Amino acid sequence: MASRVSTLAKPRGVWWEALGRDERLWVWLTVIWGIAMFLMIAFVWPLIGEEQNRLRSYRVDPVTFAGQAEAFIQHYQVGQRDGVPVVAPPPGSDVYLDARAFAWQPVLQLKRGESYRFLISSRDVQHGFSLVMPPHSINVQVLPGYVTVLELTPEKTGEFPLICNEYCGLGHHLMIGRIIVTD
Amino acid sequence: MATAAMRRCEITGLSVDRAAERLIMLNAVTAVVYLTIGGVLALLIALTRWQAVHLLAPQRFYEFVSAHGMVMLIFWILFFEVAGLIFASTVLLSTRMVIPWLSWIAYAMMLGGSVIATVLMLGGKATVMFTSYPPLRAETPWYYAAVLVFAVGAILAVVHFFINIVAARLRGDVGSLPLFTFALMGAAVIALWSLLSGALALFPVFLWTLGVIPEVDPGIYRLLYWGLGHGAQQVNLAAMVGVWYGLASLTTGARPLNEGLSRIAIVLYVLFINMGAMHHLLVDPGLGTWVKNVNASYFMYAAVMGSLIHAFSIPASMELALRERGYRRGLFEWLRRAPWGEPGFAALVVSMVLFGLLGGISGVIIGGPQVNMISHNTLLVPAHFHMTVVAGTTLAFMGIAYYLVPLIFQRQLLFRRLAQWQPYVYGLGMLIFGIGMGLAGHWGVPRRHWDITFATAPVLGMNLQELRPEIAVFLAMMGVGGIIAVVGGAMFVAIAVATVFLGQRTARPAVGRIVPEAFSPYPANASGSGESVAVAAHRSFEVPGTLVISVVFLMLFIFLYGFSWFELSRVPWKIG
Repeated sequence: MASRVSTLAKPRGVWWEALGRDERLWVWLTVIWGIAMFLMIAFVWPLIGEEQNRLRSYRVDPVTFAGQAEAFIQHYQVGQRDGVPVVAPPPGSDVYLDARAFAWQPVLQLKRGESYRFLISSRDVQHGFSLVMPPHSINVQVLPGYVTVLELTPEKTGEFPLICNEYCGLGHHLMIGRIIVTD
Repeated sequence: MATAAMRRCEITGLSVDRAAERLIMLNAVTAVVYLTIGGVLALLIALTRWQAVHLLAPQRFYEFVSAHGMVMLIFWILFFEVAGLIFASTVLLSTRMVIPWLSWIAYAMMLGGSVIATVLMLGGKATVMFTSYPPLRAETPWYYAAVLVFAVGAILAVVHFFINIVAARLRGDVGSLPLFTFALMGAAVIALWSLLSGALALFPVFLWTLGVIPEVDPGIYRLLYWGLGHGAQQVNLAAMVGVWYGLASLTTGARPLNEGLSRIAIVLYVLFINMGAMHHLLVDPGLGTWVKNVNASYFMYAAVMGSLIHAFSIPASMELALRERGYRRGLFEWLRRAPWGEPGFAALVVSMVLFGLLGGISGVIIGGPQVNMISHNTLLVPAHFHMTVVAGTTLAFMGIAYYLVPLIFQRQLLFRRLAQWQPYVYGLGMLIFGIGMGLAGHWGVPRRHWDITFATAPVLGMNLQELRPEIAVFLAMMGVGGIIAVVGGAMFVAIAVATVFLGQRTARPAVGRIVPEAFSPYPANASGSGESVAVAAHRSFEVPGTLVISVVFLMLFIFLYGFSWFELSRVPWKIG
């Protein structure tokens, strides 16, 4: 049996020895838990809970995206709120969300129980899409030159604040949007 | 001629190279200066985010958050780690510093770069946060240049560590490294690639701000940047684990249960922990589902396993050492009789408990690609890394400083009573701070945000605190906990500064109830494995108390992990 050595001293000779009973038990527990976590993330929850991170994305020229967002707003605009257009896209459609320092455009009016494909991008710097519904929030990263594609189905009616959670300049805390969900 | 350059430590018996000693002092003092600056900023930031106090104006707040991140996560920690690397590669091996001037150059570059970067950030010329994500741009390109100079300096310091080790080996001064040095070598390997990755991310940004290249891809920048941003924290992890082992040996005479297992666990860090860097990209565009899944779970858990092994191995070694000293009744007599009044032991235990329970578990939970969608960029993220880097690493470093400062500076430690309380005060503050911050984050409060009441927002105003009043309580916890932790931090700075400048000069400083043979490969009471002792009390296991603690910890881990999925399922919108 090799003798044990202080962690601050140089070990002499052969210090390698087989794992004892205590170590074997603990190592097995950690291996099993590691594999269990992997299986849960990769297979178990996606299968039984339909929980999977299915974000998709594509590259886009910021000017092109801004044009598409403008066209989307003009096509489906139903009103205005605080000078920001309110848009009611048809259920199941693509929804453009345009981020810039320091605003989200447009205000979206969605139907409960219908799914929408959010296409989110930025005109200038990085932003953070954060839909707040305490005690929860849904958050994705928004980069200029990339479109973050996120499929969402509101299952509760009400008004949901949309905030920016990636620092985007000195007016970062003024960047607020809104999503309205009706029956 | 060599004798003039070396001294023999009367307490530990180690030979200390004077050149190494001076560099350790310099790096450690610089580190504590940065810790003090960062601590003052921390207090002001916490008092701003405590929405009822809301101290700073927005611009000041963003400047200070930028500076606080850089000063604490990079400057304080790396200067201290360089001191640790020099200590571990020279003093602890009783060997020479090979090229002192290289470390002087490294120090000069680190100092110059960090001072310029800090001044620019505090002056509002580089309000781009710790991350400096393009295309957000600092007012001056020289900010990026300063950080790059610092990074190159740090790389040189790390390279010197390897030169010291290789030279000691070639001279035959060292065979196997002490576990402490081995852990720091793991940290040094991780430091090399993470600093390189950071330089690769920042250099194009520097060129872009100069106008040499037209643009920088923000997605690719994020990938490279987080090699540094998270990589640097994994340097801290490996270094902290080394310090944990060292403190265990110093304060209880612990010798690792199984040397090979502890070393394998460190190798697991080196091989797999870089996968953790991708945690920051889990809700980014540009990466697919399976890249995220495989990196965030399959590979990453090999490193988590490393941490779980240390979480078991360190208390197990202490249990064994204390049982050998005769505290063998029941499961936990060794724990009751442990040296709770010794600052190093207190720092070790508080650091391990807070790091493991709050920092480690929260990291694994928010590091899953699914749960990350409900936590990315909320206050839960800084809550996680304040529990790892502040409650874990920083406290462990403070703990070892109570011994290394008197021994290296040859001064009597002052305010010993204060030192005995310091880890508990600091830990209590961080506990309250972390829980408040984490809960606020889970409730959706964003990080790096000046005003969650949106009182100043011109349009579409709303108020998170009116939406859920309990958020005000969480943020108040963050404020109060922050104040207590800053008091704890100030206690440490007071002790360190007083000792360095006012402590009585002595070749034999009193260093508490440490175990003197901790530095010797042949302990006086070497009784083999200690197995016979364990057999007397417990028929089958050597460290039954530690096994019980570890299994309880694992059960809590499993519960919280399961609970995070339950929370994800309760989000009132369907995702995907």
